[in-house]
Amino acid sequence: MTAWIAAAMPHLVVAPVVLPLIAAAVMLGLGDDRRAARTFVNVVACVAGLAIAVALFVWADGGGAGGATAVYLPANWPVPYGIVLVADRLAALMLVLTGVLGLTSVLYATARWHRAGVHFHPLFQLQLMGLNGAFLTGDLFNLFVFFEVMLAASYGLLLHGSGGARVRSGLHYIAINLIASSLLLIGIAMLYGVTGTLNLADMAQKLAAVPLADRGLLHAGVAILAVAFLAKAAVWPLGFWLAPAYAAASAPAAALFVIMTKVGVYAIIRLSTLFFSGDGVMEALGADALVGGGLVTLALGVFAMLATQRLVRLAGASVAVSSGTLIAAAGFGSPSITAGALYYLVSSTFAVSALYLLVELCEREHDVDTDQPEPEEAQARLPFALESLELPQGVNLDDERRVLVGRALPATVVFLGLSYIGCALVVAGLPPLSGFMGKVAMLSAALDPAGLGAAVRPTPRIAVWVFFALLVFSGLVATLALSREGIQQFWHARERRPPRLRIVECVAVAVPLLACVAMAVGADRAMRFATDTARALHRPTLYVEAVVTARPVPPPRRGGAR
Amino acid sequence: MEIVFSIAVGVLGGCGVWLLLRPRTFQVVMGLSLLSYAVNLFIFSMGSLSIDAEPIVVPGLAPDLMHYTDPIPQALVLTAIVISFAMTALFLVVMLAARGLTGTDHVDGREDAP
Repeated sequence: MTAWIAAAMPHLVVAPVVLPLIAAAVMLGLGDDRRAARTFVNVVACVAGLAIAVALFVWADGGGAGGATAVYLPANWPVPYGIVLVADRLAALMLVLTGVLGLTSVLYATARWHRAGVHFHPLFQLQLMGLNGAFLTGDLFNLFVFFEVMLAASYGLLLHGSGGARVRSGLHYIAINLIASSLLLIGIAMLYGVTGTLNLADMAQKLAAVPLADRGLLHAGVAILAVAFLAKAAVWPLGFWLAPAYAAASAPAAALFVIMTKVGVYAIIRLSTLFFSGDGVMEALGADALVGGGLVTLALGVFAMLATQRLVRLAGASVAVSSGTLIAAAGFGSPSITAGALYYLVSSTFAVSALYLLVELCEREHDVDTDQPEPEEAQARLPFALESLELPQGVNLDDERRVLVGRALPATVVFLGLSYIGCALVVAGLPPLSGFMGKVAMLSAALDPAGLGAAVRPTPRIAVWVFFALLVFSGLVATLALSREGIQQFWHARERRPPRLRIVECVAVAVPLLACVAMAVGADRAMRFATDTARALHRPTLYVEAVVTARPVPPPRRGGAR
Repeated sequence: MEIVFSIAVGVLGGCGVWLLLRPRTFQVVMGLSLLSYAVNLFIFSMGSLSIDAEPIVVPGLAPDLMHYTDPIPQALVLTAIVISFAMTALFLVVMLAARGLTGTDHVDGREDAP
């Protein structure tokens, strides 16, 4: 298989962008009334996209400790002038993550959600195209373009199914993202003005040579760029759009949107390691701001988890917690913390995505209207109070109110309950699942930068202690909040039938959770990969070399076959 | 020239931000448009403003930025204009849908409490 990948190699890098584009075009050509054909094309394209992502992943991990870096010149222009696509370990990892989430979301949508409006399938593929492109591109302006492709598709997906709540939160979501895009453009323009290039690798090389007089402009440009990415990553105070927008979106769209906040995190990690881990001239510009913003986001996400009364808002709060943790970890700028953060990124993305799907499955029977009243109206009832102590009919109790032992639970309830426990374990970071490993990896790296057996331990900074305390505290609070919601959801006596689930929906929920289990079982290999990735990120010479030395393909000689 | 240009960008940007913070959706749309004009002009200026410089290579003139305008910001602006135009159009559609569904043009979908 490795030989096949190597044979397809330089061109495989562009496939994650081209394949969704072609699939979307084909689906648009099919027309909206041929839904079965569209579904088929979408599922096939998702499977193929995942296969390509896995192939790139295997290839990128194959080149020894430094990893292999594939560079593709889409327009065949020489490097600093044309657009480049670069696939290294981090990009390949994010592609695989996108591929898995895309496949599970589309499987889930085929059960019923894709009938809720028009053009679900083409928008979905365009969204995947934007995501994949943003992860692959090695050009700053091209990053902006792929961001816009991704966002434009996400506006459509957010509004999928229509309804007042979606349109209202969609309006806010679009406005926030348009402003963030303006900031992104300003940052890109300033960096271009200072360095005269848009290619990330080229820019990383030229940053050290920026004259002192231009440093202020450079720093301002980087800061504005970072604000734009932090708004996408939903960091406080730029993240208030997240919870209502994701709560209003249909379940498969929300499950895919979970990775959109990770695009911001990815951009922050990529740019900060590429720009500021070189020769120490620009060491750690704004790193303290990243740590501070991440910690505040983490703290507020934790309180949001406690305060919320709805499961779907709880999922939104866990997205914020995950973003805050990752941004703070990225701000510390140490390879070992970044390694733990990458592991945590993958597992928390899987878990929260599964949680969004699960929420909809749980609430389907008794909570079908999407046009829910705003939270402040819904809080007319006492917080956390059960509606009444009168037991409805058909509860699992006999006439003398003793529990009926031996009445079988319906299979769907068992599945939902077990999946919920799995999600809760990963989100809260409890053993034995992968959320725990990720947190342990980050915390031990933060406290023992030199490794566990080191003789000399530097005293950790205050920020490290705050990070430690908040991360542990967030685990406690997440456990509390998730078990409280779980009790309400699964143990609360209610008059209702068990929800009817389709097999594909169960598969869509189970696959990300099984991936978390696999990451916990194969934790040594996963951590080895994360450590290698983080090391390569923090020593970006290989990446820069690979991009700068890429040469365009020579034109075919005319009449060569004569 | 630089002064005039900066004032233009500043006025557009300031008006845009002010309108963005207003409570009516139409004002927000206008604000977003003005802001995107300001950003486009800003990108354009990042290639350094030059008067009377050739845009296309002329024989006999050394091909460097002393003699020519920087073509990259122009290409960037073109892309940014197209994208922001499309996004504004999309935003207008959503705005009209919100107006129809909520019956008000307030950004929150309901009037402020009296």
